[in-house]
Amino acid sequence: MDIVAGVLSGSRLALSRGITYVENEYDEAVDIMRKLYPHTGNAYVIGITGPPGAGKSTLTDKLAKEYRKQGKLVGIVAVDPTSPYTGGAILGDRIRMMDLTMDEGVFIRSMATRGSLGGLSQKTADVVKLMDAFGMDIIIIETVGVGQSEVDIVKTADTTMVVMVPGLGDDIQAIKAGILEIGDLFTINKADRDGVDKLNIELEMMLELNPKGVDWRPPINRTIAEKGEGVVEVVNSIEAHAAYLRESGELAVRRKDRLKSELFTMVNDRIVRYIAKQVLEAEGFEETLVNLQNRVIDPYTVVNKIVSDVLK
Amino acid sequence: MEKRIRVLVAKPGLDGHDRGAKVVARALRDAGFEVIYTGIRLTPEQIVAASVQEDVNVVALSLLSGAHNTLFPKVVEQLKEKGLNDILVIGGGVIPDADIPFLKEHGVAEVFTPGTPTTKIVDFIKENVK
Ligand SMILES: Nc1nc2c(ncn2[C@@H]2O[C@H](COP(=O)(O)OP(=O)(O)O)[C@@H](O)[C@H]2O)c(=O)[nH]1
Ligand SMILES: [Mg+2]
Repeated sequence: MDIVAGVLSGSRLALSRGITYVENEYDEAVDIMRKLYPHTGNAYVIGITGPPGAGKSTLTDKLAKEYRKQGKLVGIVAVDPTSPYTGGAILGDRIRMMDLTMDEGVFIRSMATRGSLGGLSQKTADVVKLMDAFGMDIIIIETVGVGQSEVDIVKTADTTMVVMVPGLGDDIQAIKAGILEIGDLFTINKADRDGVDKLNIELEMMLELNPKGVDWRPPINRTIAEKGEGVVEVVNSIEAHAAYLRESGELAVRRKDRLKSELFTMVNDRIVRYIAKQVLEAEGFEETLVNLQNRVIDPYTVVNKIVSDVLK
Repeated sequence: MEKRIRVLVAKPGLDGHDRGAKVVARALRDAGFEVIYTGIRLTPEQIVAASVQEDVNVVALSLLSGAHNTLFPKVVEQLKEKGLNDILVIGGGVIPDADIPFLKEHGVAEVFTPGTPTTKIVDFIKENVK
């Protein structure tokens, strides 16, 4: 299958296979991405994060439907954690998006974190590029907001939305640290539940204490995602943020920053791999290890030698 | 490099019980597979469309309502129509022994009836996945 030609001509099977190549780090993936790169940069990327069960998938489903009404093509990347014990994963985000499955204007892909934390944000960025080259206008990345890796993933996005729910008690404190800073907008979902006003006030206070930039004040929306209530307002907020980014010139700045850090990660990855290979496959490496173990030689000397050899 | 076996677990048909399917999904995850769980009451068309998007190696169908003789072959046929010839299709649920040869003739690689140890399903997938 010619994946590049397929992706560019709208073959869903080619897009799907291309994502697999990127996920599995097949050698061909680099060449595919190289050829598709000139065809990217047209999609608007939305990151959605928040605690498990907050309603991110349900909201993603409703947002996608709203964008479809506008005639836009929508790609969705739903990332769920891999079990650290078994290496397997149950990816269940699609359940909430089953109505979208038959819509040819939507493409949903579930991804597991596969333990490669650093590599994951790079892979997600490449999956986004594949969907972008395929012709998607809007790409939504859904991730569970718990750790640094997830925060890194949403950095791929132009607009990041943090979804929260009332009734988690002091959880907002715990979530605060990493995630509040990355939210361009906030959505309080399950607004049919008690505690919405309280959460809203807490959020307002926190945003007040940690102002994000100068000109953009993250709006707080309320939704009942299950019923589709408040979804139009969320779309409007996303549009407002996109307009702000464009008019202020920050969109270009953000995207440039992103390219810079992506480039850095890629160079870093490549070098680390190269060195690992050089070191592990070097002649006499086994012997060096034995010598280290027997205290015949010390690691500091070995490191000096390896580094000077590699940099030669 | 980092190939993982991806399995779509789906319940076609109208019955609403997915306990069995969930047990299988967990067992497959514990075996190191990536399980895309799609929930209940799916049409063959939805299962196939999801398989296209997820690029799965295996489709595991579970059914209690007795419509397996129509629904399972439909899924197999439509996967082929989409060019997904390498996907391993397996079935489970309440399926009379007498129906199994028919299902196998129609492209279902194996059928697991209730009480089958999940390790058997795992082993079958590992041995037969393409
Ligand atoms: N009460 C209530 N439940 C909701 C709402 N939105 C989603 N849910 C339910 O919350 C559960 C988790 O939703 P899901 O979208 O899977 O959350 P995610 O883990 O953040 O992706 C599901 O059972 C949804 O039906 C809402 O607005 N109100
Ligand atoms: Mg979800």
